[in-house]
Amino acid sequence: MELQIIWFVLWAVLWAVYFMLDGFVLGAGMLHLFLGKNDGERRVIINTLGPVWDGNEVWLITAGGATFAAFPTTYALMFSYLYTALLLLLFALIVRGVSFEFRGKGEGDLWKRSWDTAILVSSFLPALLFGVAFGNIFAGLPMDAAGYHGSLMYLLNPYGLLTGILFVLLFLVHGTLYLSVKTVGDLSLRARAAAEKLWPALLVVAVAFLGYTKFATRLYDNFFSAPYLLIVPLLAVAALLGIRILTAKGNLLGAFASSCVTIVMVVFTGVIGLFPNLIPSNLDPAYSLTIFNSSSSPYTLKIMTLVVALFLPIVIAYKIWVYRVFRGKVTVQEVLEDKQAY
Amino acid sequence: MDVLTLSRLQFAITSMFHFIFVPLTLGLSIMVAYMETRYVTSGNELYLKMAKFWGKLFLINFALGVVTGITLEFQFGMNWAEYSKYVGDIFGAPLAVEATMAFFMESVFIGVWIFGWNKVSKRMHAISIWLVAIATNLSALWILLANGWMQHPVGFVLRNGRAEMVDFLALLTNPYGLLKFGHQIVSGYTVAAFFVMGVSAWHLLRKNRPDFFKTSFRMGASFALVSTLLVAVVGDFHAVEVAKTQPTKFAAMESVWETKRGVGLNLLLIPSELKECNVVEQICIPKMVSLLAFHTPNAEIKGLKDFPKSERPPVTPVFFSFRLMVGLGFLFIFLALVALFLSRRGTLENHPLFLKVMLFALPLPYIANQLGWIVAEMGRQPWIVYGVLKTSDAVSKAISTPQVLGSLIGFTLLYGTLGCIDIFLLTKYARKGPDDDLSAIIKPTRN
Repeated sequence: MELQIIWFVLWAVLWAVYFMLDGFVLGAGMLHLFLGKNDGERRVIINTLGPVWDGNEVWLITAGGATFAAFPTTYALMFSYLYTALLLLLFALIVRGVSFEFRGKGEGDLWKRSWDTAILVSSFLPALLFGVAFGNIFAGLPMDAAGYHGSLMYLLNPYGLLTGILFVLLFLVHGTLYLSVKTVGDLSLRARAAAEKLWPALLVVAVAFLGYTKFATRLYDNFFSAPYLLIVPLLAVAALLGIRILTAKGNLLGAFASSCVTIVMVVFTGVIGLFPNLIPSNLDPAYSLTIFNSSSSPYTLKIMTLVVALFLPIVIAYKIWVYRVFRGKVTVQEVLEDKQAY
Repeated sequence: MDVLTLSRLQFAITSMFHFIFVPLTLGLSIMVAYMETRYVTSGNELYLKMAKFWGKLFLINFALGVVTGITLEFQFGMNWAEYSKYVGDIFGAPLAVEATMAFFMESVFIGVWIFGWNKVSKRMHAISIWLVAIATNLSALWILLANGWMQHPVGFVLRNGRAEMVDFLALLTNPYGLLKFGHQIVSGYTVAAFFVMGVSAWHLLRKNRPDFFKTSFRMGASFALVSTLLVAVVGDFHAVEVAKTQPTKFAAMESVWETKRGVGLNLLLIPSELKECNVVEQICIPKMVSLLAFHTPNAEIKGLKDFPKSERPPVTPVFFSFRLMVGLGFLFIFLALVALFLSRRGTLENHPLFLKVMLFALPLPYIANQLGWIVAEMGRQPWIVYGVLKTSDAVSKAISTPQVLGSLIGFTLLYGTLGCIDIFLLTKYARKGPDDDLSAIIKPTRN
């Protein structure tokens, strides 16, 4: 297999894993103010995220680093074209990380309420912006020989916004299911009820997205030329329905797993549709950024493949270990006792 | 101001802000790991309290270091797209390796350390903080190999309109990058050692918990002496490497205008870029600059006038930053010696004046770190990759002045606010002193 294709697959995997892992952190962050009825419960929610959020965010940094190393031209153009959107994303990620860490380190209502609001905004904004960015990448960016002709306002087109809403809802459902698994009592029940309430909205938006995609993008072309690939979007739909069925049965862990599969398959569906583009041009296909015209040299790709083959298994091993260490449920009593907790 | 100037200003501000937190993280992680190891091996709870107290300060500092690091990665693409396109083939690799090797390890095990007091064994808990310390220092290695490549590019050819990597091993063994790494990590340890001594001095002056803070101070003093000496030794080798590979930077660091053999070091010197000479030169140590540059007294030093004006870095800031950094470096060695002497004799509290000095010396290593980076980055100008790519050719084409002005203002406001909150929290917890209630941790099980 060509190295560029290996790196395209890896690129897709890094994004998919990132959204699967940070998705529940973003979702829980958007909801902690509403699901947690008092400070104790809010702290429980934040503490379910505490040991893992930073490690989850690193998948984003690695996805960025991998894009830089493997497809430097795409990295350079994407980041400079989407300057303002990425800036807002960056600010949100900075504020979110700091909020988790600082919220519990001060006293007083104002202090806590300010950080709570910060967590809400800085979780919502990335979810929306990632969706808007990927929606626009699916649809292609207006670029030609003269460069880029878009702006932040351009990105907020109907398809971009719809994808943004899809991401927000995916992460909201993902986050509620995570919390229903990781907490006990009323809080867990509330989270489960929220998942059940949000799910129909997610279904409607997902259907609208699949329909609109036919008109706004050329993502389906690859699937029509190789129909066996349709298994991926079908799995996404099946997993989405699985969430509802498993939640109704009270199998919340299963529903969360189903939600993981949904997110991964949604990302894969989009990325398969893009192939071999990383960012298509919607003005002139000759100016699309593909894995072939924007990649690093074979030597660099070879070295990077070696590095990843060596270290990614180790990373995955200790990631699994850490999720096992923190597999239990988080309770109010536990959080109150632990002075290290957030 | 144009996009180039604003982008440079933004990169300078965001990386200098990031670099307020990184050096302390580099050193304090190791010190906390050492404290916890002492607790695990001796069972002495004093060391556990130390690990917890200094660990809390470590975490407050660590959070901002992590989140502000992402900004730098993003900016390579956002503001320096032409750079990223041109050198991404070789420069992207160390960044990707850094994420895979170091960031994952750091982020996962810091979680174990914060939340795992009752979830993993005592030994595993101590190993976690060691893994964090190793990961942090590994991350410094990769980013400094990347920066070392910008300073002294190796292992590449210009092909297909860009710099392509042909020798990864050359990048890994680039002496410039390795010396920079060595110089940087021990500078970070110096920051941490003076941080621990400074905070301890504050408490000792108030006679708070003398047992706790005397032990902490003494640990800081030992750490400081070793680090400050290493800073000077590695720094000396680093300067030799600079003289060899970046003659314009070295000439600016010492403000040498004419090419000569056996150049002396003027203790008092004021350069004038306008007149292309030094307007003040006093108290000369003969042949000293040549000796420092090449470790031979009669070595020839290339003067700035040998290079066209368009290829010279700004001399005044580079020269003064370098001088001040070196001066501070010597001061640190002296203070570390006195600190170790007094704390070993156990007479620290009889010397309130010295404790006050150590309190006010706390920010100095931070300043020295920033000055070092001013020398490194300003001294490389007008190049972004020395001899290969000019900074002015590296800036993104797709961004506009209002965009960058907006982001610059945004960063300044956001970072300003976060910086204030961080200092507020650090001060608050530093003043509070250690927590004696260890019940939540030492309890064998919890349910």
